[in-house]
Amino acid sequence: MDLTLKIWRQENAQAKGEFKNYQVKGVSKDSSFLEMLDVLNESLVDKIESPVCFDHDCREGICGMCSLYINGRPHGPDDAITTCQLHMRKFKNGETITVEPWRAKPFPVIKDLVVDRSALDEIIQSGGYTSASTGGVPDANAILISKYDSDLAMDAASCIGCGACVAACKNASAMLFVSAKVSQFALLPQGQVEKERRVQKMVAKMDELGFGNCTNTYACEMECPKEISVSNIARMNREFLGAKLFSRETV
Amino acid sequence: MIKQITFSSITKKVIMSLAGLFLIVFLLVHLGINLFLLPLTENHREIFELAANFMATNPLIKIMEIFLFGGFIIHIIYGIVVQLQNWASRGNIGYKSGNKTKASLSSRYMIYTGILVLLFLAMHIYQFYFIKLGLNSSVFMDEHGHPLFYDIAINLFTTQPAYSILYIVLFVFLGFHLNHAFQSAFQTLGWEHPKYTPCIKTLGLVYAIVVPLGFIIIPLYFLIMK
Ligand code: HEM
Ligand code: SF4
Ligand code: FES
Repeated sequence: MDLTLKIWRQENAQAKGEFKNYQVKGVSKDSSFLEMLDVLNESLVDKIESPVCFDHDCREGICGMCSLYINGRPHGPDDAITTCQLHMRKFKNGETITVEPWRAKPFPVIKDLVVDRSALDEIIQSGGYTSASTGGVPDANAILISKYDSDLAMDAASCIGCGACVAACKNASAMLFVSAKVSQFALLPQGQVEKERRVQKMVAKMDELGFGNCTNTYACEMECPKEISVSNIARMNREFLGAKLFSRETV
Repeated sequence: MIKQITFSSITKKVIMSLAGLFLIVFLLVHLGINLFLLPLTENHREIFELAANFMATNPLIKIMEIFLFGGFIIHIIYGIVVQLQNWASRGNIGYKSGNKTKASLSSRYMIYTGILVLLFLAMHIYQFYFIKLGLNSSVFMDEHGHPLFYDIAINLFTTQPAYSILYIVLFVFLGFHLNHAFQSAFQTLGWEHPKYTPCIKTLGLVYAIVVPLGFIIIPLYFLIMK
């Protein structure tokens, strides 16, 4: 495949970026999108030009490091997938592909296509600790959990913190991410001790960092590589309202 | 900004959704009365005037009127605040390749359909409520100087086709607003359930079609009958 890439280049956080066009030739349709970018970068290095910076780590869809807003969609034209799992067969020969970084005020560009997503980590940190029993080894079945709830908690916990939900949302809202992090504890007995503090603190942090307000467009769910459900957002709304209305502790 | 409008993102949306749900109930009542502008029964004019009179004089309705105006104002102010913050959240540079995620059309244009509804609201208040307050005048007054809303409405629909067409168009946009709004309000309030959410979505769609259509039928009838 021969392709034209229209890629956002930006020297550093302060610099003014711009789109640059690149031609790549002879790309295998079985290669992944990141492998295709590797080919481009090798050719740039050969020409002693600066390679395009992009985030990646596991390249098997589990770490959440790869990002890229490709042709109007986070992680490109496929569903429930990260960019490292996106294959070039999803594109047509001769196509022009526009590649942009995640755009959100709390995600400043570091270089080219790499953005700083530590805002998401800050939200998790703001949630604080979970109390755990110390002492002797508890019996494996001391705390009973229904299969249904443990499955829901596991689904919520599968969020990899990639930020595609923020990138896809027209409001740059982080509600899907935050609701997954709230739900994974709120659904389990072990998460009950701090649940009221946790939800209030995480929502306050999310707002403080400048993420948008959720207007329930559900674009996040459509683009989430882990198919995190927006029912988590409703759960977080319930948890938050309950805590705000009935918790006596001020956080 | 004052504290009240800097509520958390979720609280702001909850206030909006409660105000919005109140407006949804109000619309239904309003439609119920308006339909008697049509010759549904022999005494439709009497029924319309009885209802309009009840609305104008009942003390309970007077109290509800305050809530109604409050509801509109709160919904509109928060709608605008939420939208301004949401635009700012994207940062200085937007996406060149647009947003190709297939979120529903209604959900993407809520602020615009909302502003069109606001436009209608301003026009409507000027044409009806202002006459009641004496800030706008009409030739259709009874001997006690009370406005004859039946005649005012019929006159608008029968003599000004441009008004009727604008009215119809704006109600179509209200339909789009409601199509997203109904289920969105429940989601915001956390009323989500695998059994009931599909029902809420269907009910919302039915409401968003039936209610604006009910309003639209009235000018349409007069346009066609002429
Ligand atoms: C009869 C009139 C109206 C009704 C019944 C109505 C109803 C609703 C409801 C129920 C919601 C969902 C709230 C939520 O999920 O929290 C909503 C959202 C919204 N409305 Fe309205 N609304 C009306 C008029 C307006 C007007 C005049 C504006 C003007 C600015 C407006 C702007 C918005 C915006 C920006 C949203 C946010 C989108 C969202 O949260 O889903 N609305 N409306
Ligand atoms: S909710 Fe989905 S899209 Fe959002 S950060 Fe988690 S995995 Fe990524
Ligand atoms: S590189 Fe780890 S998910 Fe893509």
